[in-house]
Amino acid sequence: MDLNLDAPHSMGTTIIGVTYDGGVVLGADSRTSTGMYVANRASDKITQLTDNVYLCRSGSAADTQIISDYVRYFLDQHTIQLGQPATVKVAANLIRLLSYQNKNMLQAGMIVGGWDKYVGGQIYSVPLGGTILQQPFSIGGSGSSYLYGFMDQSWKEGMSKDEAEKLVVKAVSLAIARDGASGGVVRTVTINSEGVERKFYPGDSLPLWHEELASVNSLLDLLPEPMST
Amino acid sequence: MSSIGTGYDLSVTTFSPDGRVFQIEYAAKAVDNSGTVIGIKCKDGIVMGVEKLVASKMMLAGSNRRIHSVHRHSGMAVAGLAADGRQIVARAKSEATSYERVYGEPIPVKELADRVASYVHLCTLYWWLRPFGCGVIIGGYDRDGPQLYMVEPSGIFMYFGTAIGKGRQAAKTEIEKLKLSELSCREGVIEVAKIIYGLHDEAKDKAFELEMSWVCEESNRQHQKVPDDLLEAAKAAAKAALEEMDAD
Amino acid sequence: MRYPYVTGTSVIGIKYKDGILLAADMGGSYGSTLRYKSVERIKAIGKHSLLGASGEISDFQEILRYLDELILYDNMWDDDNSLGPKEVHNYLNRIMYNRRNKFNPLWNTLVLGGVKNGKKYLGMVSMIGVHFEDDHVATGFGNHLARPILRDEWREDLSFEEAVKLLEKCMCVCLLRDRSSINKFQIAKITEEGVTISQPYALKTNWELSAFKNPSKGAEGTW
Repeated sequence: MDLNLDAPHSMGTTIIGVTYDGGVVLGADSRTSTGMYVANRASDKITQLTDNVYLCRSGSAADTQIISDYVRYFLDQHTIQLGQPATVKVAANLIRLLSYQNKNMLQAGMIVGGWDKYVGGQIYSVPLGGTILQQPFSIGGSGSSYLYGFMDQSWKEGMSKDEAEKLVVKAVSLAIARDGASGGVVRTVTINSEGVERKFYPGDSLPLWHEELASVNSLLDLLPEPMST
Repeated sequence: MSSIGTGYDLSVTTFSPDGRVFQIEYAAKAVDNSGTVIGIKCKDGIVMGVEKLVASKMMLAGSNRRIHSVHRHSGMAVAGLAADGRQIVARAKSEATSYERVYGEPIPVKELADRVASYVHLCTLYWWLRPFGCGVIIGGYDRDGPQLYMVEPSGIFMYFGTAIGKGRQAAKTEIEKLKLSELSCREGVIEVAKIIYGLHDEAKDKAFELEMSWVCEESNRQHQKVPDDLLEAAKAAAKAALEEMDAD
Repeated sequence: MRYPYVTGTSVIGIKYKDGILLAADMGGSYGSTLRYKSVERIKAIGKHSLLGASGEISDFQEILRYLDELILYDNMWDDDNSLGPKEVHNYLNRIMYNRRNKFNPLWNTLVLGGVKNGKKYLGMVSMIGVHFEDDHVATGFGNHLARPILRDEWREDLSFEEAVKLLEKCMCVCLLRDRSSINKFQIAKITEEGVTISQPYALKTNWELSAFKNPSKGAEGTW
């Protein structure tokens, strides 16, 4: 068996960002792997950049952590210099700048999401090469390949906050069900004019998909009568 | 200036015993002798106007510009030494473009003015530099609306309307009479033209050319020269107002 | 050496009676995944030029930033002079050639079209700095699929309607035979009057090919 425990910590991941009526919902699983081993089963891949902007990270954990550290620092400076919060666009552009200028050295696919008073809720996708694209919704990480069809079908313009959160949890749980590199809990961050709300959904609270079974304490619970008789 | 000749006026890096830096005050003198420069903030944008004194009758009309564009959304009008002004404009342009390169959106006007002020101030801090012999009015339009600033070697200020140069006092008195919060830029152009024509003394002063620019909804929030037809209309209105005054 | 991540496929450009037309789909491929479907790959450059790009989208965005700054500095002179397509084409060529000499090319093929002072201009620049002008050009798959059609059917005096039809015929062929193409296009026009980039639209496709019903028709016994 090749466990490959020397492999770099990599977030074979499912990340997602969705805009709705008054803001955005970001979502991610919580699994970080080194090769076949789950190095951390409670990771937080939705990182805070400013009060109103968050970042979903996929790819190398080290790379995306250093990028978010730099960008958080730049945004803090920028906020002090201007005397007002940075916009989502500025945050996304800084992420893009680092991704693009160091594309040879980085393994980082990211989704920037947030809210500002000028434009409202926005999602920016910044994939591997440092392309930047604003999108109504975006998916990323290894788990996203299982979600293209689902998201194309179920994302709708003008969803409510509740609908958007439900969609995000459903999408990430679907990806967890098929992608071995995604797992653990589903974390969400919802950002709108009111502020930020963080939630997580434990593995046993997620919906059951095809060929999955409801969990029990023991086989004994399933037997009509004790086997011992 | 009472302390002239006491020896404390030759260095930018030396205070006089009563706490003044004379070189900065002398720099302001260079501005005070210049043609008048006016900036006003109307309800929908900024209008800037310059009384550009023409040094020679052989000078090509429209040359030696004193209003410059800085980025798409702002402009700068210069009073004082034009060559010093161009240096400031060049710095402002590079600050504006470098800001957009890093942050992916246009520089806010306040930030632009602050950076220009830092640069102008920097040149008053070293013995091997000379303070700029000019003041600039920066007008721009960003997501927070139209804004107007003035930057001189002595500091930076934010305004509804201001004037620098020879006729500044008379101009400011006239600007105060305007209802700027109700004035549109189209009307503002006429008013600025009237003020500049009004304070120009035909008999005493050199010949001048009126140079005007604006940033407003009509110019698509871009800093541009005022359209030729409007500029001509403004000149005509200003001349008519003058004749009316003379007739009284 | 690097390799591209998010890529766009063919761009086609032709001269016609009043100016230049460019066509490109809006796909952004991620390997063989069609990840993005609303990428604008044709942009206006200043008043007189249109730029279309295939290849790495992040590099195209970088080129657009260079050009934005170039045009901005030109505009700030406010002297009623402006850069035309010829100047922009040459500038692009310098950028591309300079980067390939650093063994770090911008991974694009660019199509530059424009009209200035009554002169139509249509040219291309490749990622290694090869550049030329022609009456009709195409990048990538378009070179193999569209250019043969254009060589047969292109005329100098094509009307706007004829030119659009010709481009749409080319795009349809690319749609059939280029797997990274998508049925969502923009066609951009530049004339002496200025630039217009069309809204995104999709073309009707033809599924009447008899081999769909009878795959081995005309070649009995084959697979």
